[in-house]
Amino acid sequence: MAEPFLSIQHVRKSFGATTVVQDFNLDVEPGEFVSFLGPSGCGKTTVLRMVAGFEEPSAGKIVVSGKDITRLKPNQRNVGMVFQAYALFPNLTVAQNIAFGLKVAGMPRADADRRVAEMLDIIKLPQMADRYPYQLSGGQQQRIALARAIAPKPKLLLLDEPLSALDAKVRVSLREEIRSIQKKLGITTIFVTHDQEEALSISDRIAVMYGGKAEQVGTPFEIYNRPATKFVANFVGTLNVLEGKVTDAASGKVQVNSQEVSLKGKLNGSKSGDTLSLALRPEAISLGRQPGHDTSLSGEIAEVHFLGSVIRVRVGIGGNTVSLDTFNNSTTPPPVVGDKADISFSSGDMLVLH
Amino acid sequence: MKSGKFWAWVVFILGAAYFFIPLIATVEFSMRMRRGAYSFDAYQIVLGDARFQATFTYSVVAAVFTIILGVLIVVPAAYWIRLRLPQIRPVVEFITLLPLVIPAIVIVFGYIRMYGSNSPLPFLANDTATNALLVIGYATLSLPYMYRAVDTGLRTIDVRTLTEAAQILGAGWGTIITRVILPNVLIAVLSGAFLTFAIVIGEFTMASLLNRPAFGPYLQNIGANRAYEPAALAIIAFAITWGCMSLIQILSRFAPKSANRPN
Repeated sequence: MAEPFLSIQHVRKSFGATTVVQDFNLDVEPGEFVSFLGPSGCGKTTVLRMVAGFEEPSAGKIVVSGKDITRLKPNQRNVGMVFQAYALFPNLTVAQNIAFGLKVAGMPRADADRRVAEMLDIIKLPQMADRYPYQLSGGQQQRIALARAIAPKPKLLLLDEPLSALDAKVRVSLREEIRSIQKKLGITTIFVTHDQEEALSISDRIAVMYGGKAEQVGTPFEIYNRPATKFVANFVGTLNVLEGKVTDAASGKVQVNSQEVSLKGKLNGSKSGDTLSLALRPEAISLGRQPGHDTSLSGEIAEVHFLGSVIRVRVGIGGNTVSLDTFNNSTTPPPVVGDKADISFSSGDMLVLH
Repeated sequence: MKSGKFWAWVVFILGAAYFFIPLIATVEFSMRMRRGAYSFDAYQIVLGDARFQATFTYSVVAAVFTIILGVLIVVPAAYWIRLRLPQIRPVVEFITLLPLVIPAIVIVFGYIRMYGSNSPLPFLANDTATNALLVIGYATLSLPYMYRAVDTGLRTIDVRTLTEAAQILGAGWGTIITRVILPNVLIAVLSGAFLTFAIVIGEFTMASLLNRPAFGPYLQNIGANRAYEPAALAIIAFAITWGCMSLIQILSRFAPKSANRPN
């Protein structure tokens, strides 16, 4: 296997007695777009800041292209970074902001001007060169910050929640733009976010973080469909969790509210009598028995929310509640609270959480 | 007219009268040197006096050096405290307030005792060294104003993020301070500088006790021995101070606007 472009090895970071990152490991391939996804305080920004050089790891090392950069100062790393708060220099125009890194690197004026024009074209703001940051919208400022970060052709691009200060519409368009620019330039990128939709939509791989550790690293498809831990399953997407009890470990029989479910090959060493958390995505569940679904459970309609194009239904199954969405159909009235109802799904879609 | 507005005008007029009547009286008195007619004779005498020119030039030069010293000490210190040592900010704020609490006469007696000709640092041994000591003393006196002006300027920008943004683009500390931080707090620094200038021009105690030919002791000397010239000098000193304040106001219009605070 080829050597990874960026290798974060056994990195730990403590502030006094508090350990915020513990034994974090990640290899990133050249040109890859990796997102750090997790709730506030999970250590994702701290890892990013250690890669940037703003924080020094308490243990472990960070290697870029085979070179250990753990103790290098930020200005010696050739890394580009975009900050949540834009961080454009207020006293400089857009063009001067983009040219800042080029000037510091000693690039001749003519070359720097050419590069600035090229960057303004890439971010589609060629007419903004002489504006000051305060004259720009948030989305425009963040695009300028992106141009400034990539102008000096850094080896690695770090994006620290760059979209979180923007409104929803701009967020979606800018994340697509970031991804398209990243692909065009082929620059290895680490993107920190707490927004799962953002991470799922633009990443090659996602590292889901919790309590200073990477709970799971995988493609968006793997993270969503095969979460490795209960935290990942709960954090990424909506999840229905059912408590079950193993009745026959050998044949994979699990009882959920006195109803039997077959989970052959998924019990991973669980013994008869063990209790398990079983998870199902709402989109895997249908109301009523449907062809192709090999498992069904009976319950009672607990809540119905009419949302226009979809109807969100919550079905009580003993002590568990399962949420599912059905499409609105003008000829079929929505379910009625209190009615008996069956839900069905494919046992293959059921996840066993550890 | 509403009664609230009426009383506001009354208070404004009383305040303005309290401020302007003595000023007008001083101007009027300063112009009565020639018997029976208003004239600028007192101003001509004062401005033509070689001692006025010498002492004023001395104080202007001292002010310039004080400002340079103050900026060199305060800007990096205030920047570093905001960036890396925010926990010691209350301590530093207290220290910078001390020159307002400790009278200048106490400070200058301390200097005389500490830096006499027998001291390992004999600042009082020759004129140049004493001038340097006077500038150091002035920098101390202006510390409360300079520190607060710079600190207020730093508060308007996100010091940490801007520093990190410059660092990641390859900038070293020198570039960060000169090309990112200083231009963004320049107006604050200039405000501090003009306040310092105003303090130094009128300062009497230190210059007098260190026996330096500054403008403050000259003002006192004229005031004790002449009638009309002190009034003219008071108006000139007042005009210089107001000129400084006006410059602060004018320059603040050119302050770099923060993206978060466009107006």
